[in-house]
This record gives sequence, C-alpha cells and structure tokens, in this order.
Amino acid sequence: MGPARPAGSDGLMQDFLKPHRIVLILLAAALVSWCIWALNWSWLANPKYQLLILQGIWRTIWILVSTMVIGMTLAIPIGLAQAAGPWYLAAPARVFCTVIRGTPLLMQLWLLYYGLGSLFPSIPWLRDSALWPLLRQAWPYAVIALSLSVAGYEGEVMRGAFNGVPDGQLEAAKSMGMPRFTMFRRIWLPQALQRVLPTLGGETVLQLKSTPLVSTITIVDIYAVAGRVRQDTFIIYEPLLLLAVIYMAITGVIVLLFRWFESRTPTRTA
Amino acid sequence: MTSCPPPTQLSPLELLGLGDCGWGATLLWGLENSVIIAIGAYALGFSIGIGGAFGKLYGGPVLKDLLATYTTIVRAVPELVLILFLFYAFTGLLNQALLSWGYPRVQISPIITGIVVLGVVQGAYQTEVLRGGILAVPAGQIEAARAMGMPAGLLARRIIMPLMTANALPGLANLWLNATKDTALLAVIGFSELTKATYQASATTKAFFVFYPAAMALYLLISLTSTLIIGRIEKWARRGQRDRTG
Repeated sequence: MGPARPAGSDGLMQDFLKPHRIVLILLAAALVSWCIWALNWSWLANPKYQLLILQGIWRTIWILVSTMVIGMTLAIPIGLAQAAGPWYLAAPARVFCTVIRGTPLLMQLWLLYYGLGSLFPSIPWLRDSALWPLLRQAWPYAVIALSLSVAGYEGEVMRGAFNGVPDGQLEAAKSMGMPRFTMFRRIWLPQALQRVLPTLGGETVLQLKSTPLVSTITIVDIYAVAGRVRQDTFIIYEPLLLLAVIYMAITGVIVLLFRWFESRTPTRTA
Repeated sequence: MTSCPPPTQLSPLELLGLGDCGWGATLLWGLENSVIIAIGAYALGFSIGIGGAFGKLYGGPVLKDLLATYTTIVRAVPELVLILFLFYAFTGLLNQALLSWGYPRVQISPIITGIVVLGVVQGAYQTEVLRGGILAVPAGQIEAARAMGMPAGLLARRIIMPLMTANALPGLANLWLNATKDTALLAVIGFSELTKATYQASATTKAFFVFYPAAMALYLLISLTSTLIIGRIEKWARRGQRDRTG
C-alpha cells in the first residue's frame, strides 16, 4: 500500500474506490436499473397506494418510537430491581425477563390480542367504561406487547449497566451524605445510561425489525401495506423489494441518529 | 373426534391431553416441527457462517465485499420480510430452473423451505459472530503455526477453530435461542409449527389462556435446557483458560 496516507477525506475516497469495487458498484447499478426497468412498478403511480405507503411508514415509526420510550422507562426499574433490589422485587423481575426473552414475540402478541381481546367483552363493567372504545382497537395491544418486549430485553441490559457503575462513585456520593434518591438520580442512573447508549442503537434496529409482527393483528403498518399491494395486484417481488429498501433506509437513519447522539455525550477512553 | 363434548365443558387438562378430544398431540407435533426447523436452520447457518467468516477475513477483495453486502442487508431487513422474499424466491427460482431443464415442477416440503429460509438469515449473523471469534484468537498463535509451515486447512482445523470456540460460544448460544424463537415467524406464512398449532387450537376451542401459556412453557423449556447445556459446553471450552471470576 506504500507509505501511510493522511487520513483526510481524499485518502478515504481512494481507499473506498479500489478498482474491483468500481466494477462491483457498476454491476450493482446495472442490477438496480434492471430492477427499475424490467420489473412492474406501475402500482407506485396509484395515489391510493402512495397514501397508504406514507401512512404505513408513519405508523411503523410511531410504533417504534413509542414502544422504545415506554419500554426503556419500564426497563429502568426492572434493571434496578435485579441489580440492587430486595429478593421479592428481584425475583419477579428476573422471571419477567426470562419469560419475555425465552418466548417468541409473536406468541406474546397473539396472547395479548386474541386472549385478552376475547376475555374483555365478557366483563360487563369494562364494556360500559370509557376505556372500551380504546380496547376494541388493535393498536393498544401492539404497543403493550412490543413495549413489554423492550422492557424484558433492556431490563437485562440495564441490570448489567447498573452493576457496571464503579462502587467508588456510589461510595463517594454516600460519604458526602447524599440522599439515596438524589444519588440514584445524579450519579447512578446517568452513568448507567451512558453505558447503555452504545448498545441502544442496535437494540432500536432490532425493535424496528420486530414491528412488522403487528400486521398479524390487523394493524396497517408498512409491512401490511406491501401485503395489501401484493394481494390487490398479484405482484410479488416488487412490493417486497420496496419494503426492504424502506426498512434499510430507516435502519440507516437510526444508526446515524445514534452516532450523532453518542458523539455528543462526553466519554473518556483510556 | 366423534363424541367430544363442546370445548367449553372440558377441563384444561383434558384440552391439553393427548386423547381424541385434546389438542396435546397437535401442540407436540408443532413443537417437533419447530425443533427440527431450528436445528436444521442453525446447522445450515453455521456452515454458511464458517465459510463467511473465513471468507471475510482471508478471502479476496471481491468476496469480502460480497459477504459484507450479504451480512449488512440481512441484518438490516426484518426477518419477516426476508422470510417472505426467500420463500417466494426459493420455491419460484427452483421450479423455474427445473422447468427450463425439462423436469417437472416439484412441491418442496415446508420443513425444507423453512430450514433454507431461516438458515440464510442465521448465516449472516453467524458470519459476524464467528468472525469476531477468529479475530479474538491471539495473532501469535496463528503466526507461529504459519512459521512452522502449517497448511491453511490444518491451521484452521487445529489452531483457529479450537481457540476461537470459547470466544464465539456466547454469541453462538444467543443465535441458537434466536433460531428457536424465529421459527415462530414461519407461522405467518402458514407453516404448522408450535405457534401456528397454538393459534389453531385456541381459535377452535376459545381456551386462549390454556394453550398460549402451555406453548410458552414449551418454548421456555427449550431455552432453559439449551442454556443449561450451553453452560456445560462453555465450561468445557474454557477448561484450559484461567478462571477470571475469582
């Protein structure tokens, strides 16, 4: 390779554009243009599908964000209970994490939707309550199931993060006479969250990839829209290709967002 | 199934029983399918992963780029989308190839399709885990073997594989648990594995809170016994290493 190049953008571009890679990029471009010309994309011009696709993307992102926020909020007490709680809190938290992580999300989702959905109508006071219009829809069950899933997986991660904060930090706070809750809020939680941040981006991508499951309980996210196009037009591969591209684009945005987020939090590397 | 009382009159134990009126046999049959598909997909994924990991580290520039594309795409697109895509592509392309060579169309068994589809997904993840395992092998060990004139195949078999086992095991264990849970996704495209069997049993009998907890217990049984066995394997793989836990 010769002498070391300065690590400028020029050197990076040269590193990336090796001769074999230019050929591969050209081949990929040829494949993409073949996909555009040879496959049937006429359904994309239909305003009905355009609207459905935009709505589907919006719904997928909305479910992703809300379940990540609710799930992380639940994961903090679950992780704390396992790391430092008394046995009567630690044991249920551990059982919860084991059950959530040991069974398929699809099954948890169906248990909530079909199981609770069939149980609730038989409870008279619930049918008369103000909650009933909400409970008749599918999305509350989807949000609850996906949030609990995040809580289960992240609860385990938070346990490790709480345990990973050095004892000296907590002992110093204690010796300064800091109240327990202030210590948790100012010292323990921020340092634990900082430890979690690098893994959180990956976990968000994993959560994005489990959102299409909600289409099995009648929620019209982007995956369900692609299924609808397939059923309406008998076109198989094109909607799936579009779906893959959309999910990859959202994944890219998540990765960039978390990279930016991480660059803003000060870290000391030894 | 001739003289069964309506399902609402049966006790949970009778519903889960193996007799004519119970759904136990359906559930166990689904479990068997799930386990077979998980084992098959994991094995296929492992062979893809070993090839992919060595290719990514020691292959030519073109192979490296192609493998990077494969692992990036598979890990960025939801399993459900990949399963649907590969399900159509695998059966469609195979039949087209057969027709063009003058053979008749074949019906591929759902279990084989499930294994191939999940195996390709597993392969991408296993490539990354195994690559990390190989990278964690001390460079001096590999250099020493090369200096002694050991050929590449022997080097991989005698030095790299045994030394990387302990490093790769936690990741591989996680992927095995993922493989067992991913079989549930095949229910969406209509395979009769455990989740689909549970869905059918509970939809027919309306006994949701009997069948779902029972099936979840079966999944938990798989994951807990796997964890136990993997713990012993890991202990065995680390037998030459110093105990760092204190």
